[in-house]
Amino acid sequence: MYSANSFLLSKKIRAHCLRMVTKAGASHIASALSIADIVAVLYSDVLRLFSDNPNHKDRDRFLLSKGHACTAIYAILAELGYISEKELDSYGMNGSRLMNHISHYVPGVEFSAGALGHLLPVAAGKALYAKQHQQEWKTYVILSDGELNEGSNWEAIMFSAHHRLSGLVAVVDKNNYQSFTTTQDTLNMDPLEDKFLSFGWNVYSVDGHSHDELKGAFASANCSVNTPSVVIANTIKGKGVSFMENNVEWHYRNPSSDQLSIALSEVLI
Amino acid sequence: MRKTFIHMLCEAAKSNSSLYLLVGDLGWSVVEPFMKEYPNQFFNIGVAEQNMVGVGAGLASEGSHVFAYSIGSFPTWRCAEQLRNDIDYHNLSYTTVTVGSGVAYGKLGYSHHAIQDIALMRSLPNTLMLCPCDPLETQACISFILSNPSPSYLRLHKEGEPIITTKSSILPCELNYIRKCGSKKLALATGVAAQDLFSCGKDSFDGWDIATLPIWSSKYSGPLVRSLAEYNLIYTYEDHLISGGFGSWVFEQFQIHGDACENAPSISCKYLSSEVIGMVGDPSYVKSKSQIW
Repeated sequence: MYSANSFLLSKKIRAHCLRMVTKAGASHIASALSIADIVAVLYSDVLRLFSDNPNHKDRDRFLLSKGHACTAIYAILAELGYISEKELDSYGMNGSRLMNHISHYVPGVEFSAGALGHLLPVAAGKALYAKQHQQEWKTYVILSDGELNEGSNWEAIMFSAHHRLSGLVAVVDKNNYQSFTTTQDTLNMDPLEDKFLSFGWNVYSVDGHSHDELKGAFASANCSVNTPSVVIANTIKGKGVSFMENNVEWHYRNPSSDQLSIALSEVLI
Repeated sequence: MRKTFIHMLCEAAKSNSSLYLLVGDLGWSVVEPFMKEYPNQFFNIGVAEQNMVGVGAGLASEGSHVFAYSIGSFPTWRCAEQLRNDIDYHNLSYTTVTVGSGVAYGKLGYSHHAIQDIALMRSLPNTLMLCPCDPLETQACISFILSNPSPSYLRLHKEGEPIITTKSSILPCELNYIRKCGSKKLALATGVAAQDLFSCGKDSFDGWDIATLPIWSSKYSGPLVRSLAEYNLIYTYEDHLISGGFGSWVFEQFQIHGDACENAPSISCKYLSSEVIGMVGDPSYVKSKSQIW
């Protein structure tokens, strides 16, 4: 676990993300802002990590299935010293290892993703390994809500409950938006809590920007004995930047330099 | 072939608690010995091939060697993106195992015919192709992949294939000669097509060298191309469509490495025609109607 205050860390993540996507002219800033608090809480208070050895065998495994929100992870890895802060400037540049979807070429990143619906099954496989080999470490995976359209997730949801993978903790970033419009108007999956419950999972539905609620949910999930857990983090897409919040355009757009200044002033308050 | 596979896997699991066999709710009357001996290393994932690959990737990323078993198209095409992104890209020790190569399940129809699987699997750059023609080559392929775990595709036929080769140890892109007589003409098969070549074609190939290529990948093909360049004429044989198949692969290797050769041989591909699509019957019937030989 990282010793910094999670609230301070979430501000730094948001600022790094904004600078990266602006410099790179990249998309998906709203998706990264959406998970900034979840990522900050996980890395500051939940994950067991060894910053001097990213591959330490006893580390908790963290996977980002919504790989397009990778700037949030690159940002935290820079804060933790896995990569340099200067390297963040290379995000999305020719030849950079910081590609625009999460990349396992980056120290501290367990697995690449970009196509959706891939990493909950992979996380289940890791959790199965830990269970079979009596390992203490846990596996955490962040999914998007739109991503749950993919049937592969539901295969893994059935599998994880059937095999009692209590070492698996999924986080759904439920910001209620996907590519064109709301999740409700695209392929409605509400009530999501009931779906996971009926598949046999522990469900913790929290305000995904309340660090206290997130910490409480992760603490409860860590006590699970026979059941995988999901933290449904109710979030706001673009959280922290007034003109990006709940505006689907910011799934794609990148800020102008003026917009960056305004955005930074808001997230760094 | 199937029984050779499962017996070898049981032997290997004795000394490797991180060797896993996953099945996609298939393998009845084949996988039971492993299931009984190693219940903690066997998982029937259910009818859920995408999850089978994902779970396999998770296990393999922790240092396991995973074998995932099913019929033809199911653990390949059904979950192609998982194989591409999760297995091959991460270079994981995961072996896709299929049974029913070509039209082995001729009567079960197109869904169960494996006639485009090579095209998919050989397009994955880190994936090693393992296409044995008989139980002895099956043994050689499995021995190699157990000693050298990597993304790989073990393409089996069914059961009861007679032994027509002689070597129990084969390296990638090593020709396995059935007959070598110093000819400038070579009949070259991969997989069970070699059985057809052997049974119906050996006499008619009087004066030809005859070989199989059970283990292959573009990663290892340089020396192979130089060996093949010694021939003037090569016929390739496979139980697969020509598009993306074995013969096409041989052509491609001359594109990649051919500059090192003074003379490229003439290559003629023998394959299953697209007439096979939708055709039903015994394998021999289906092949008689669709083999371009």
